[in-house]
Amino acid sequence: MTTSGVVPPGRGSTLGGAPLRLTGPAVVALAFLGVPVVAVVLRAPWASLGERLTSSTAQEALRLSLTTTLLSTLLCLVFGVPLAWVLARADFRGRSAVRALVVLPLVLPPVVGGVALLLAFGRNGVLGRWLDAAFGVTVPFTPAAVVLAQTFVALPFLVISVEGALRASDERYDEAAATLGASRWLTFRRVTLPLAWPGIVSGAVLCWARALGEFGATITFAGSLPGTTRTLPPAIYVALQSEPDTAIALSLLLIVVSVTVLALLRERWLSGLSA
Amino acid sequence: MFQDHLLFPHLTATDNVAFGLRARGAGKTAARDVAATWLRRLDVAALADRRPREMSGGQAQRVAIARALAGEPALLLLDEPTAALDAAAAMSLRTALRDHLRALSAVTILVTHNALDALLLTDRLVVMDDGVVVQAGSPADVAAHPRTQHVASLVGLNLLRGTAVDGAVRLADGTEVVAAERLSGPAFAAFSPRSVSLFTERPSGSPRNAWPGRVTALTPHGDAIRVQIAAAVPLLADITPAAMATLRLAPGSTLWASVKATEVTVYPA
Repeated sequence: MTTSGVVPPGRGSTLGGAPLRLTGPAVVALAFLGVPVVAVVLRAPWASLGERLTSSTAQEALRLSLTTTLLSTLLCLVFGVPLAWVLARADFRGRSAVRALVVLPLVLPPVVGGVALLLAFGRNGVLGRWLDAAFGVTVPFTPAAVVLAQTFVALPFLVISVEGALRASDERYDEAAATLGASRWLTFRRVTLPLAWPGIVSGAVLCWARALGEFGATITFAGSLPGTTRTLPPAIYVALQSEPDTAIALSLLLIVVSVTVLALLRERWLSGLSA
Repeated sequence: MFQDHLLFPHLTATDNVAFGLRARGAGKTAARDVAATWLRRLDVAALADRRPREMSGGQAQRVAIARALAGEPALLLLDEPTAALDAAAAMSLRTALRDHLRALSAVTILVTHNALDALLLTDRLVVMDDGVVVQAGSPADVAAHPRTQHVASLVGLNLLRGTAVDGAVRLADGTEVVAAERLSGPAFAAFSPRSVSLFTERPSGSPRNAWPGRVTALTPHGDAIRVQIAAAVPLLADITPAAMATLRLAPGSTLWASVKATEVTVYPA
């Protein structure tokens, strides 16, 4: 008779308790993720928080971040939803190549994205040269460049989640609409889009969050000009050298935004399940 | 129209029915008015503001039919419209469908495995078995004069094939089925399971068709009991539960089955 079969009370199972060799590293990983966030909260200049967040530099960056991220999210929706539809519904050769291109910005270092954008839209860039000659438009180091950089890195988030939502919704509803005489465009607007709506909303929120945090491509392609292209992330980076407390205050702000987004998405996801 | 109705889950019954009209360019109010009319016609006006997930299967089916009919299509394909409904709901839907299809100028193709659908809702019936058309005609003709065992079992008749000679149909094994009608040449003899009487001993008196046989199965059939009998030919008989008790029938019981000559329909094969 042995005691190895004794099941500990509580969450125990026939497999026995979780071994320390697994729980140990798991706790370390968790602490690694949690401690820095907690550190920001602990070191936050609570007394002067309001003052620091309402300072002109912070306000400038905040306003620029809000306008540019809303614009880039809008661009992602306008162009990304159709792209997701094409990936989910249209039948064409080279779909996997297209999808690879769509997810490329996810794995591409943002700095490289910035360099690539510069080579495309810069004064001497492939498209930039033409834009300059035809319209006298120069993109780099303008708020427009900030929007383009954010769109470039955030677009995959929107496309992937909308494509997933479209694939999950039953294509036969589209067919039913067609038998009732609806054109493909009407079907898209009145049937496909509403059915994929939860996926579009969560995709847009993710996309906005990614745009809000965008740093590498922005600083490479748009620079960090106060009031023009210095969004929150570059503002935090710059402030860290001169006035660290402002940097911490702004970081705290972005942490709060991120946690809120996460909570919203979770809510969305849970209500999607119960619906 | 689809078998699992495919109502748009994000739209109310009214908006589902109005969808096709809107797609064809009708104004919002006009389309909603027509939709309301169709919901009323199919007795689901009370569901106007409900979404599909708040409807029962039968209700959703009615709304789906209203949606299909509201657009006044030139061609309508109904795929198993009463499938997945309980018997009562299926029957009331069938009655509603019959009235509205009659009023509609559309050519309607109805695909069904249900004999009642086929007999009640159609002007012309095409019976397919194993991918082949086995019989076509008016529902009344097909129901009265089945030409294959498959059709006979769909319309619920006993069907025997043989050669008509002198007021009787002689089957391949020599058994004779006496009928009131006179005919000659290859012929079918058909009679309803309800006109088959069962006896424990050879019946005396009027019935001239009496065959010994053995019960192979007993199944409830409506408010009757359907008895499958292996006689010279396989037969079906419908009897009352009381008769079953009196005859003490069980699978394996031996008995005599008889049909009056006047109950047998004979027609050329």
